[in-house]
Amino acid sequence: MSEKSFETLYREWQEKTEELLQKYPEQKNRFETLSGIGIERVYVPDGASRRESERIGLPGEYPYTRGIRPTMYRSRHWTMRQYAGFGSAEETNRRFRYLLEQGQTGLSVAFDLPTQIGYDSDDPMSAGEVGKVGVAIDSLADMETLLQGIPLDRVSTSMTINAPAAVLLAMVIAVGEKQGIPSHLLTGTIQNDILKEYIARGTYIFPPQPSMRLITDIFAFCGEHVPRWNTISISGYHIREAGSTAVQEVAFTLANGIAYVEAAVKAGLEVDRFAPRLSFFFNAHNHFFEEVAKFRAARRLWARIMKERFGAQDPRSMQLRFHTQTGGSTLTAQQPDNNVVRVTLQALSAVLGGTQSLHTNARDEALALPTEESARIALRTQQILAHESGVTDTVDPLGGSWFVESLTDAIEAEAEAYLERIDEMGGAVAAVEQGYMQREIQQAALETQRKIESGGEVVVGLNRYRLEKETEPELYRVNPKLAQKQVVALQDLRKSRDSVQVEACLERLKQGAAGDANLMPLILDAVRTYATVGEICHCLREVFGEYQPMV
Amino acid sequence: MNRPIRVLVAKPGLDGHDRGALIIAQALRDEGMEVIYTGLRQSPAQIVATAIQEDVDVIGLSCLSGAHNELFAEVMSLLKEEDAEDIVVVGGGVIPQSDIAGLLEKGIARIFTPGTSTKDTADFIREAIKRREASS
Repeated sequence: MSEKSFETLYREWQEKTEELLQKYPEQKNRFETLSGIGIERVYVPDGASRRESERIGLPGEYPYTRGIRPTMYRSRHWTMRQYAGFGSAEETNRRFRYLLEQGQTGLSVAFDLPTQIGYDSDDPMSAGEVGKVGVAIDSLADMETLLQGIPLDRVSTSMTINAPAAVLLAMVIAVGEKQGIPSHLLTGTIQNDILKEYIARGTYIFPPQPSMRLITDIFAFCGEHVPRWNTISISGYHIREAGSTAVQEVAFTLANGIAYVEAAVKAGLEVDRFAPRLSFFFNAHNHFFEEVAKFRAARRLWARIMKERFGAQDPRSMQLRFHTQTGGSTLTAQQPDNNVVRVTLQALSAVLGGTQSLHTNARDEALALPTEESARIALRTQQILAHESGVTDTVDPLGGSWFVESLTDAIEAEAEAYLERIDEMGGAVAAVEQGYMQREIQQAALETQRKIESGGEVVVGLNRYRLEKETEPELYRVNPKLAQKQVVALQDLRKSRDSVQVEACLERLKQGAAGDANLMPLILDAVRTYATVGEICHCLREVFGEYQPMV
Repeated sequence: MNRPIRVLVAKPGLDGHDRGALIIAQALRDEGMEVIYTGLRQSPAQIVATAIQEDVDVIGLSCLSGAHNELFAEVMSLLKEEDAEDIVVVGGGVIPQSDIAGLLEKGIARIFTPGTSTKDTADFIREAIKRREASS
């Protein structure tokens, strides 16, 4: 640690930030309250102690407790990225364009379960699920429709896809080629986080080892060809939704992060080459201050892990960047309008915690997919926070609060204890294989349920303040005819494409999988011939086998 | 009935959200029932086969993906084919009120929506089994 006093560090930070402002100015020259009181960029303690300067530091400076950029939202708001997708590519493309017109700043694609698990829409396994929780994508043809009219170099596209992430990323690259956008200009994110699928969400295909290989293949390929793409979004969101505590969310997510970095280093990649493209995804849950502290603790812990454990040199390798989604499992089916209030508070905690991108849930999500109206209210919630509340006027406004700093320290310490335990077990992959994290989360979920049922934890409208008679709002319904249409289109595609070419590409992919070639170029070739998600994944299933969970 | 009530907790379809299914499985065990959990991604045919093989009294279906109308109905029609309609079937998950009447018509005894207490579920199951015993 530096020997400099906090005053010196602060002065140097101010000078550096002034320089930065020449290039990236803030949104206003002067920030002030509604009464006209001036607002500083960041508030710092008087006569700060050594402890404060080392543990808390300054925004944009290691260990990044106060945020990854010196000016944060004064320069640019977070990306407003609403997760959307349902039915066909055509219908989802319409919702995307609607959200962009309404001021959304990034896209986030929800895929249906068959796509997420590598089945085509006409596979018997897909019965009943086509287009339900997201959009059905069978081939490049669907991806072309999905992204039609979206400038892929200007609007970043996040895709919640894990087991078949390589296939869907290859499709985006291929659409880029058709739009005339070379791969090095594409911006976006694939979730690509398989470990949390085994732990919490269940959309896995292959066993852990080949899954880890696919992930490091993507890191290596994108490092060279798609450098602006976030190659993974290491997700605590689903861990929390499965019932974990905030501490477990941080601990297990970072444990998974460590496993990915180790796998990539072991595959021969240099840490500073891929680590700047790692990103994270957290939940914003109910306890307001604990959530703010959670984000700050995660950032500080990751910075230390990258610097001390992996010897990263590039500051971007140490900066934990994250997307946040408000907590779906906190929403009630009872009195759904109350969810707008829950979402607002959760979103505020994410903003005060320094998120880079945010999805706010819609009020009707405990009942069905959001209607257009409820999706719009969810987006407006973010816009009101960004433009009206004033919480974006200064960086890390809760920094220095005794409560928040103390909670940040506590979450960090408890998460570290978990990380040590997981290290002793042989790392996250071993811990997942032994069912350790799954058991810890399930225990926490049961405790929460018991507290809710005993009334120890109050859920407004559910175990208190219930209405005698609930009226259900108008819900969104996926058109049942879409699945049939999707199947017909897929079968037409199979007839019209060059099947000799498709077969040859799939055969080469199979051989590559059996050997140790980087699979991304082979998948990209297959995608270009309009080979389907199901065909490509079946090919890999034949070589890699399928994961069999312990029940 | 002289033995504990046997329940199969099942996840039909591809939905991976099993927090509710796991909680219900544990809660029914705590209430003294014997519970078997299928794990994820079970087809209706697999669920019905397991239910018959394990000689369960109750099947609890959980689905959050919106595929409940197709998948729950398929389970009911397979039970009928197998002459196993005496098995009490209950369902839960993200299920709109407006779908519930249709599911009940197919023979599902009860749909539990989010916010139901596990105690209520257990009580309902005990009552349903008692009624079945009385009528047989």
